Amino acid sequence: MTHTAPITPDRNTPNPEPTAIARIVSFWKLFMRNRSAVVGLVILVCVISLAILAPLIYPTDPFRMVGRPMSPPLDGYLFGTDTLGRDIMAGIAHGARTSLMIGLIATIVALGIGGLIGGLAGYYGGWIDEILMRVTEVFQTIPSFIFAILLVAVLTPSIENIIIAIAVVSWPALARLVRGEVMSMRNREFVQANVVMGMADWRILLLQVLPNCLSPIIVAASLLVATAILIESGLAFLGLGDPNVMSWGFQVGAGRSVLRQAWWICTFPGIAIMLTVLAINLVGEGLNDALNPRLREREQ
Amino acid sequence: MLTARLTFILRRILQAIPILLAIMIINFLLLKLAPGDAADVLAGEAGSATPEYMAELRERFGLDQPVAVQLVKYLGRVAVLDFGFSFRHEMPVTELVLDRLGPTLILMVTTITIAVGVGSLLGVLAAVGLNTWRDSFISVLALVSYATPLFWVGLMLILLFSVRLGWFPTSGMETISAFHTGWDRVWDIAHHLVLPALTLSLFYLALYTRLMRASMLEQQGMDYVTTARAKGLTDRWITFRHVLRNALLPVVTMAGVQVSSLIGGSVIVETVFGWPGLGQLAFESLFARDLNLLMGIFFLSAVLVLVVNLVVDILYTMLDPRIELS
Repeated sequence: MTHTAPITPDRNTPNPEPTAIARIVSFWKLFMRNRSAVVGLVILVCVISLAILAPLIYPTDPFRMVGRPMSPPLDGYLFGTDTLGRDIMAGIAHGARTSLMIGLIATIVALGIGGLIGGLAGYYGGWIDEILMRVTEVFQTIPSFIFAILLVAVLTPSIENIIIAIAVVSWPALARLVRGEVMSMRNREFVQANVVMGMADWRILLLQVLPNCLSPIIVAASLLVATAILIESGLAFLGLGDPNVMSWGFQVGAGRSVLRQAWWICTFPGIAIMLTVLAINLVGEGLNDALNPRLREREQ
Repeated sequence: MLTARLTFILRRILQAIPILLAIMIINFLLLKLAPGDAADVLAGEAGSATPEYMAELRERFGLDQPVAVQLVKYLGRVAVLDFGFSFRHEMPVTELVLDRLGPTLILMVTTITIAVGVGSLLGVLAAVGLNTWRDSFISVLALVSYATPLFWVGLMLILLFSVRLGWFPTSGMETISAFHTGWDRVWDIAHHLVLPALTLSLFYLALYTRLMRASMLEQQGMDYVTTARAKGLTDRWITFRHVLRNALLPVVTMAGVQVSSLIGGSVIVETVFGWPGLGQLAFESLFARDLNLLMGIFFLSAVLVLVVNLVVDILYTMLDPRIELS
């Protein structure tokens, strides 16, 4: 066992704070114990490297024709070419950039909205909580994927609008989570002490409460990146992707009509989506286990 | 008890009204946000229009009035289920949408049945054989189908079962040219239904499997299980007669929560398989820039979610009488 914290820590006498490095090391050890999380991390690092290196490996525009249309895999091109003779592997490499970027930014935006609404609702309670939670409920009732389709269709498809649409349909779950966490912190002694000290509400919320409920939020956010990538690929598949940016969903959608003649066009970008989402989910679960070690022991 | 249940249902319906109202307002705002109004669309269809004609059109649709007045009028129309006219299909939106509701319901009910039924079964199997190869295999399967995009699963199933093996048709709901009637038609539709339902249910299957496994494990630690064991009941009896029934509760709740995402999934699946339901209609309206129609579908699907959640709540009180109706 790496963590030696007593089961009932005495809140009045502060424990000697472990240094940041020691904490990271113990977190890393816990994380590495989880084999599937490590597998996920390895895959994820590969996808990220591919995304970073894409402009170096495939410097030409991924939309450009490079070879004979619909040439099968390994016939000059690793994964073959599509109906217009575009290199599928080049598309996958550039698509990795799109997927990861949209997934990440949409999650950050959703965290901003959800954190603000959940934080305010949990911290102030009362009628503010009542109103904000009603609003959240409305957004949770709306079928999210159709709402995303509608938003992108109305706002016209572009990277920014896709990010907005994904964030708008994703924040409610985060808001609920943050609200619950903040509520449980609200009446703890250290928060009360800050109130007595006359610290401004936003500083207490941002500097005192939030850092203490970070771990479940990190886990939820990491899983949200995976969901965001899935939503983005679905939108792009339906033809609602940014027309100027290569994406995996677009590739699958473009190959759909020739599925019978050229199976590879749809197959490989789909595998890329699956592996990436799987990797992020595994890492997310690994984070969960490493950040909440006690929960893990209870489950086993 | 019966009156308590009735007041409970009534109160839940009343609670749904503000949510519906909010969704209608969001709908209206989106309509306002969209570039170009109905007059522009009509003028575009006609090819050319004079400014006088445009002004006349705007007046006819009430587009020259203040936004607040337009909103009230819009709410009034939606309240009587009037979503306007679909210019592409030359039909009232309400009629079109109700027409396509049937196939979507067939697909969704089948999917929920498969997902909850098979998912619960797999979850029980995983929980009973905890940490054996069976458990690991089911867990891996759940993880993978969690990560796979629906449209890709659909295409791969088509590739395998329709193109390579030729077992199932690639698209549509029935063989229209065959003019089947009676049971032949039912059989034909079921044949077409297999792949889309399988595709849509995979994700939820994984979800319910994991949920059921966790729920079973939680229930197994309860006091009543110890009591049952002390009474000398067999493990099998305890698992199926006692633990299973209690473990099902969270699965039922989840089924209600998931309906909203199921509708989203059906847009994709219906598009892939050419299933003539609401989802495909949404896809078509997307390409025709038929926003009226898209809004109508959006609103109806939100209503569907509210109704299903209400039904699940009522079902829940029947499954677990301890739950306070108040």
